[in-house]
Amino acid sequence: MSAPVETRWGRLANFWSDFRQSPVAVAALIVIATVILMAVLAPLVAPQNPYNQETLDLFDARLQPGEVGSGGYVHWLGTDAAGRDVFSAILYGLRTSLIVGMMAGTFALVLGAVVGLIAAYYGGRVEALIMRVIDLQLSLPAILLALVLVAMLGQGLPQLVAALVAAQYAYFARTTHGAASAERRKDYIEAALSTPIPARQVLFRHLLPNALPPLIVVATVQVANSIALEATLSFLGLGLPLTQPSLGSLISNGFQFLLSGRYWISIYPGIALMLTVVAINLVGDQVRNVLNPRRSR
Amino acid sequence: MSEPVLSVKDLRTQFKIRAGVLNAVDGVSFEVGRGRILGLVGESGSGKSVTGYSILGLIEQPGFIAGGSVLLHGRDITRLTGEELRRVRGAQIAMVFQDPMMTLNPVLKIGTQMIAAVRAHDNVSRKVARGRARDALAKVGIPSPEERLDAYPHQLSGGMRQRVAIAIALLHRPAVIIADEPTTALDVSIQGQILAEVRRLADETGTAFVWVTHDLAVVSSLADDICVMYAGRIVETGPAAEVIAAPRHPYTAGLLASVPAEHEPGDRLPQVPGSTPSLANLPRGCAFAPRCFKAGPACTTTPSIQQFEDGRSALCHYPIESDSCQPHSSTSTTYRSAS
Amino acid sequence: MIGFLIQRLLQALLVIVAMSIIVFLGVYAIGNPIDVMIDPASDQALREALIHRYGLDLPLIQQYFVFMSNMLHGDLGESFIYRLPVLSLIFSRFPATLELALTAMLIATCLGIPLGLWAGYKPDALSSKAIMAFSVLGFSVPTFWIGLLLIMTFAVELGWLPSGGRGPVSTVLGMPLSIGSLEGLSYIILPAFNLALFKLGLLIRLTRAGTVEVMSSDYVRFARAQGLSESKVVGLHVLKNISIPIVTVFGLELGSTLAFAVVTETVFNWPGMGKLIIDSITVLDRPVMVAYLILVVFLFVLINLVVDLVYGQLDPRIRVKASS
Repeated sequence: MSAPVETRWGRLANFWSDFRQSPVAVAALIVIATVILMAVLAPLVAPQNPYNQETLDLFDARLQPGEVGSGGYVHWLGTDAAGRDVFSAILYGLRTSLIVGMMAGTFALVLGAVVGLIAAYYGGRVEALIMRVIDLQLSLPAILLALVLVAMLGQGLPQLVAALVAAQYAYFARTTHGAASAERRKDYIEAALSTPIPARQVLFRHLLPNALPPLIVVATVQVANSIALEATLSFLGLGLPLTQPSLGSLISNGFQFLLSGRYWISIYPGIALMLTVVAINLVGDQVRNVLNPRRSR
Repeated sequence: MSEPVLSVKDLRTQFKIRAGVLNAVDGVSFEVGRGRILGLVGESGSGKSVTGYSILGLIEQPGFIAGGSVLLHGRDITRLTGEELRRVRGAQIAMVFQDPMMTLNPVLKIGTQMIAAVRAHDNVSRKVARGRARDALAKVGIPSPEERLDAYPHQLSGGMRQRVAIAIALLHRPAVIIADEPTTALDVSIQGQILAEVRRLADETGTAFVWVTHDLAVVSSLADDICVMYAGRIVETGPAAEVIAAPRHPYTAGLLASVPAEHEPGDRLPQVPGSTPSLANLPRGCAFAPRCFKAGPACTTTPSIQQFEDGRSALCHYPIESDSCQPHSSTSTTYRSAS
Repeated sequence: MIGFLIQRLLQALLVIVAMSIIVFLGVYAIGNPIDVMIDPASDQALREALIHRYGLDLPLIQQYFVFMSNMLHGDLGESFIYRLPVLSLIFSRFPATLELALTAMLIATCLGIPLGLWAGYKPDALSSKAIMAFSVLGFSVPTFWIGLLLIMTFAVELGWLPSGGRGPVSTVLGMPLSIGSLEGLSYIILPAFNLALFKLGLLIRLTRAGTVEVMSSDYVRFARAQGLSESKVVGLHVLKNISIPIVTVFGLELGSTLAFAVVTETVFNWPGMGKLIIDSITVLDRPVMVAYLILVVFLFVLINLVVDLVYGQLDPRIRVKASS
């Protein structure tokens, strides 16, 4: 049983040696690692807890980047209208954004994979019906679906994640269905199904693994899309309240001050958002190239 | 042979890849005269197609012509660049490709593509160009050419499409047409018709053909002369009939032995043992030696060209003697026992 | 061909009906709009009267049928907030959104196709890599954030362009448009460019992929062997071949551009449909939400239908299949 483990490690090593051919992708990976680390360590790194109203002082409101506030430390990225340290708010905001993005990405992956597998496995009318609905959903922009769902479900973290999942699972479903149904048509699956092997085993041993590489690619991109979509919804005032700031609500919070020249309240959270989203996309691009080299050139 | 129309001298085409440089064409030389058909024969990977593309400067990155010359009426066209080269392509040397399904753009009408080809070299109106396109279609034996001009490629059969491709090649009455396996993708009956058409065109128009193929049967019925390529080099040349009747190079003999027409039905078809070597690691000396039934100690060194009577030559240390009777039946038994 | 058309039309109708049910049920399951509309302190009788007036006391199924029969009469209800017929409310905002979306599509096309062609024609050039990097930015960075950057750069720092609003409109062909005057143009340019960026990124990628594929095809090699100039190769073979996927995506993206206008309109305070729907969601103005969504779905289905038909015209291989 040691052989498969070895090949798995070997494959991983191969993957990595292909992956690092692109210095841009490696840099993006480092950015992502840093961002995650900062978000995880936010309570230790941040000079202030932006959730805690008691530590906020209105005298510190709208300080320029680099000014020292009443807390006695430098606000490197300035403060917002409530006296919140922008740097701390970004760290905490990253936490929220990443949690929302990853949760939405994971749930959408699971839901989409299950739906796609069911369609590929049963075939016939079930498949036709499911894929029709998926196609229809995909033809509608995710932002529109998310808007409606947020409007229907109300505001809050679980509602937001649910809306993002509902808006994005269709991508996973189509990807899974595509890969799995191609495999489903092969003779060995038919053969396996005519034996007493439980269908579950066929699904997870044969159909799912074939769908995995494209799913990984879609998942990376969809995490970035979830983060961006959440930020957009929060910016539109339909996402998370400012007491639980995500990057989107932070940017929205500073938008009104942008025209008066107090750029930092919006711009720095925006830069953090942009770095995160672009880095994830770049990594996703390279993963796609490595997993499917024919498509890269 | 009088003054050759096309003369290829010591042509070298290389491909730069991560592992190093591949010599896809390694010092190839041949000549074609007016109205003559030269068969360039070899297995896939022998460099015969790359030779064809190199003549027209159609080699794409990471390939490049590393040396030698291609003389068209005495002018070296490997030195030409950009606009000068464009003026040669299609006008003086034309090309026909292997797969007629792929060489015509599926979303453009035949007429559109032919008119563009006419106007690439002649500044004439669309109407005049269309007329010439129609005439060219008629010349290669396409019925109701006027209607065909308004058809899309997918509405024509493979054989018809290849005739269209040949008609396009003929538009500017080129001195040379390079045909890269143009009948390989077609049915045998269609293939026969097209070969007859080509022979007629060569005789009537004086166009010289370089007919690239892996199929010795095609060459034997069509070509005047023959060049056999192996691993980027020409290993045997000579008049087609004589080379086929009595091959000098063991590789040619092996190829001939594997032509089905030479055998009784039900016979086991002999093959040249082994497979075409990768250009990335060619054996030292003669590249064919590991597969050769006549290989001897000298074969670890590169053989030089040996000349024979009637302008024949072979690149071999141990060529098959001319007096050995029934050369290919003897070789076939040898191969059978060897495999 | 006629059979094909009828089949597609029936499909489209089915989709619209299905979506109307989902949207209706979904939107009507949310909170109670009466709470938003009236002062919480007002007496119970007034509440009851209002609930009855809007038919909110009927069973949901019955509400749906009332809604559907009204819709078939061209009546999508009245906004709770504006007290105006929803349809005229939406259509009063429609020209602004349409103008914005079409201008954005125009910008995306005029820039995206040449840039994508270049990147596909010279895939290894430094300039091509820069173009591709730009396209990654274009469709991965959230639209609203780019909008903020545009405002900050061109309106706040440089002061060249207005930061928002629609500015003066002039009537062109019976529609109030911004692009009629130079000043109006200065208002539309930033939001339109903002809205265009995502499509631009997409179009560059699409054009590049198509160009790379066509340039390595046998028929381009054959065209070169005929002595066609490079400009002719690109102009004739590449453009015609990539036009098929581009028209498809372009058509489908027109719909999503209208939807995405929601974000750009909010950032630039552009008085279009998108702004209206956001406002309606925050105040639970159900009739406007339902009408907007059904209209958008209708628009999508319509666009899909048109794209299918145009696609058939462009690709001769499809045309044959459809006619036989």
